[in-house]
Amino acid sequence: MKLEAHLRERRDAGRKLLVPYVTGGLGDQWTEVLRAMADAGADAIEVGIPFSDPVMDGPTIQEASQRALELGATPAGILGELRGVDVGVPLVAMTYYNIVFRTGHRRFARSLADNGVCGAIVPDVALEELDDWGRAAADASVETVLLAAPVTPDDRLAELCRRSQGFVYAVSVMGITGERQSVAQSAGVLAKRMKAVTDKPVIVGFGISTPDQAVEAAAEADGVVVASALMRLLLDGAAPEQIGDAVAAMRRALDAG
Amino acid sequence: MGTPAADGRFGEFGGRFMPESLVPACLELEAAFTEAWADDAFRDEYARLLRDYGGRPTPVTECTRLSERLGVRVLLKREDLTHTGSHTINNVIGQALLTKRMGKTRVVAETGAGQHGVATATACAMFGLECVVYMGEVDIERQALNVFRMNLLGAEVRPASSGSRTLKDAINEALRDWVATVETTHYCLGSVMGPHPYPWMVRELQRVVGEEAREQCRAVLDGADPDYVVACVGGGSNAAGTFAGFVDTNAKLIGVEPEGGAAIGHGVPGVVHGSKSFLLQDEHGQVLEAHSISAGLDYPGVGPEHAHLSSIGRARYVAAGDAEVLDALQLLARTEGIIPALESAHAVAWVIRAAGTDELPAGSTVMVTLSGRGDKDAEQVMKVLDART
Repeated sequence: MKLEAHLRERRDAGRKLLVPYVTGGLGDQWTEVLRAMADAGADAIEVGIPFSDPVMDGPTIQEASQRALELGATPAGILGELRGVDVGVPLVAMTYYNIVFRTGHRRFARSLADNGVCGAIVPDVALEELDDWGRAAADASVETVLLAAPVTPDDRLAELCRRSQGFVYAVSVMGITGERQSVAQSAGVLAKRMKAVTDKPVIVGFGISTPDQAVEAAAEADGVVVASALMRLLLDGAAPEQIGDAVAAMRRALDAG
Repeated sequence: MGTPAADGRFGEFGGRFMPESLVPACLELEAAFTEAWADDAFRDEYARLLRDYGGRPTPVTECTRLSERLGVRVLLKREDLTHTGSHTINNVIGQALLTKRMGKTRVVAETGAGQHGVATATACAMFGLECVVYMGEVDIERQALNVFRMNLLGAEVRPASSGSRTLKDAINEALRDWVATVETTHYCLGSVMGPHPYPWMVRELQRVVGEEAREQCRAVLDGADPDYVVACVGGGSNAAGTFAGFVDTNAKLIGVEPEGGAAIGHGVPGVVHGSKSFLLQDEHGQVLEAHSISAGLDYPGVGPEHAHLSSIGRARYVAAGDAEVLDALQLLARTEGIIPALESAHAVAWVIRAAGTDELPAGSTVMVTLSGRGDKDAEQVMKVLDART
């Protein structure tokens, strides 16, 4: 499955894109969570491969990562569990660079592709360090999504949008992942700046916690990533169906605009 | 030990593996430091502060009784005699000056043993900068006195409660703070690690240790350089500063890591906290917890320039264990009247172990950087020694 083609097609049909996140290996039923998310109207799903030192993540995702690691999650184990899980929407792996580097660029890219993952987000690989991983990913037909931040200057933003594949991830706020009371004003400003320099899907993440916030954040952008709010539910013991319900509520709100 | 490549690489190590939110800040810092370091007015002000406030130059002390006992001639570069009691003050005075120059008003820092935190709090007090120091919960417990000192100096100490609750987690928290506050905040990183330009910048700010020592050693050794130059290595800032003064001599450079946190000794190449270096990690790439009796050294990584110096064979990295470190601390105290920090005692421990062997032949001259004084560790050492008897 091609990530960008899939998202473009849906966006061009007038749909706001919804990309929920799940931490791989968090509990026995995490792949059921994937299915529930897809059934509830996700357009793509981010699968977190936990890392011991997730500097861009807030307390919720860090707790989820930590718990998954304590349960024995490994990169190879998580990707292995994805083999044969076809939920009908593209899967995008999210992890930190040391996991990629330790596994080996080519081996990691191949293992994503072999297990049905078509995209990758590696937040600590910025433009300057992208070449090695970018080449390996491209050779394995894995699309590498780059992150843009509110402080990214214009010329850098254009380059970043040009080199990003699948979609471009707009980090809504200067800060880490986690639920917030309101959508930062910087989210709309950044999305607008990105839309002016790219026609790739622009998806906003960080701090999108409620259906109303999803609608607000998607006003200037093509869609939203929702992570911490869903992982909070999962950490608190929610069943896959309940995660599905939360995603469905986001879907309804985005569709109603 | 010159300027790293444009991408911040020392050979294959270093780089800038940072989230996009922090890349502009790293670029801004690189430009600001490059400009400042080429500016005589900045260099003069930095030198003046090191002298009038920091207490430089620190002396080189010849250890006659220890030398006699070991059969090698031991000189100590006395960073323990600086204001705040360790080499860390050299780095933070430079970074605080730079913070002012960049127009920022707030500083965040991480600390393990507390030395870098105390030094940062000190410099911030002097410069009128707001200061927040992240410290692992475990270290807060081990270093209560330093926490009190930081508070007394007006800094806020925030506990890092994730992961191993030590230095690496304090770094994670400081980075998270920096992402959210980068417009007004400078991250005063404490060692030669992190994304470019930190490993280079911190080494340059510590270069004064090695340059002074080299001149002082020549005065003591009739114009000769020491045969061996030894310094302890956690992140590796005092060693990087020391080695910078001797890298173009014939001195053999020895970095001493803690046995339980020997990133070069037991690690493999990896990437954490912004640079590629040697790293203690499992086969899946998860960072392992380091252990050392010294809170300042239990970091699972090491500065990238040390990884480079090791890989090209210019410096050699060895390890010292907790027990021999405690013995070394006591021996130095009793023979020379100097109580070293537990960090520095690692370097002394290697000298004691190696003296008279092929590693450090009898009659050699050896210069050891005593990176800090042992007051901060006194309570902890007392407990450990009490438990031993």
